[in-house]
Amino acid sequence: MTLSDLATRLELTVFTPGVPLDRPAQGGYASDLLSDVIGHARKDDVWVTMQVHPNIVAVAVLKELAGIVLVGGRVPAAETLAQAEREKVPVLGTRLGAFELAGRLYTMGVKGS
Amino acid sequence: MALRRFRADLHIHTCLSPCGELTMSPRAVVDRAREAGLDLIAVTDHNTTENAGAVIEAAAGTGLAVLPGIEMTTAEEVHILGLFDAGANLGPFQEEVYRNLPDLPSKMRFTADQVLVDAADYVTGFCPRCLFGATLLAVQEAVDLIRGHGGLAIACHVDRDSFSIISQLGFIPPGLALEAIEVSSRLTAEEARAAFGPVTPLPVVRFSDAHKPEEIGMAATDFLVEGPVLGEIRLALAGREGRRVIGP
Repeated sequence: MTLSDLATRLELTVFTPGVPLDRPAQGGYASDLLSDVIGHARKDDVWVTMQVHPNIVAVAVLKELAGIVLVGGRVPAAETLAQAEREKVPVLGTRLGAFELAGRLYTMGVKGS
Repeated sequence: MALRRFRADLHIHTCLSPCGELTMSPRAVVDRAREAGLDLIAVTDHNTTENAGAVIEAAAGTGLAVLPGIEMTTAEEVHILGLFDAGANLGPFQEEVYRNLPDLPSKMRFTADQVLVDAADYVTGFCPRCLFGATLLAVQEAVDLIRGHGGLAIACHVDRDSFSIISQLGFIPPGLALEAIEVSSRLTAEEARAAFGPVTPLPVVRFSDAHKPEEIGMAATDFLVEGPVLGEIRLALAGREGRRVIGP
């Protein structure tokens, strides 16, 4: 399932219009501790978090994540968006909380390890 | 004036912190710091500087130098130490922190009393704010606020699994104007240097983060400086004019 499919079906906000959403999400990971994401997320995961600091982009690049979904209506910092556009990391958003979003992703076949 | 070694523990809570013991009164902090052989301490309660003045006053004439400070919780739940000059007027800084500290419903105020005291250990009031909560300030904004009021900023207990800039943000964001990183007493000075020396050009300091009197000085850092004042500590952290961190 591509990020574009997820964005449509879950009515996600797209914060990075300049970044293609054609990348498939092979799985998912939810965490707000970036050290934990560095340790445990897998390549091509979609990452569910409420952190909006620019470091989330660097972590997504490092771990080759498919994209980031910000939960709880969080809006990324301006610097985060600039870096995400530059690094071609899709950043999406939803008003749903992390638990609800992860549940919906799971029912759509996007699973954890 | 000659340079000499000053032993400093610049991360100490008082009874104002929700997690600080009631026994952390100004006189007790000063007495214990002197017993521990410290030359310089800083009072760093969670999101507040309001008890610092009382400790500074309690230390007057004892030979112990005291800096006012704060341990700010940023929006990312990173703890940042802010240290200020002993004579600084911190009113406007404190107002800005409180303005960015959300209140919690009263039924959620499950933490211990947050006790305001004077230099003679008398209780003068209770802080009604949720001091343990996270401010709305992102780490960059917190560092800017501290520096904008003349303070220096240090990332707290980076070796811990919670409230550390590394646990929360994975790594130290490049370009963040920190003066140092702090490790907790859980690491020896050698372990701290081995773990963090290779990953940051910032100096590593080691302070106690004391919440009880017996913890004061459990970790401390020696500075080669002219005197126990903020400007000298700043020079030592930058390794300028012969001043330096001798070692945690």
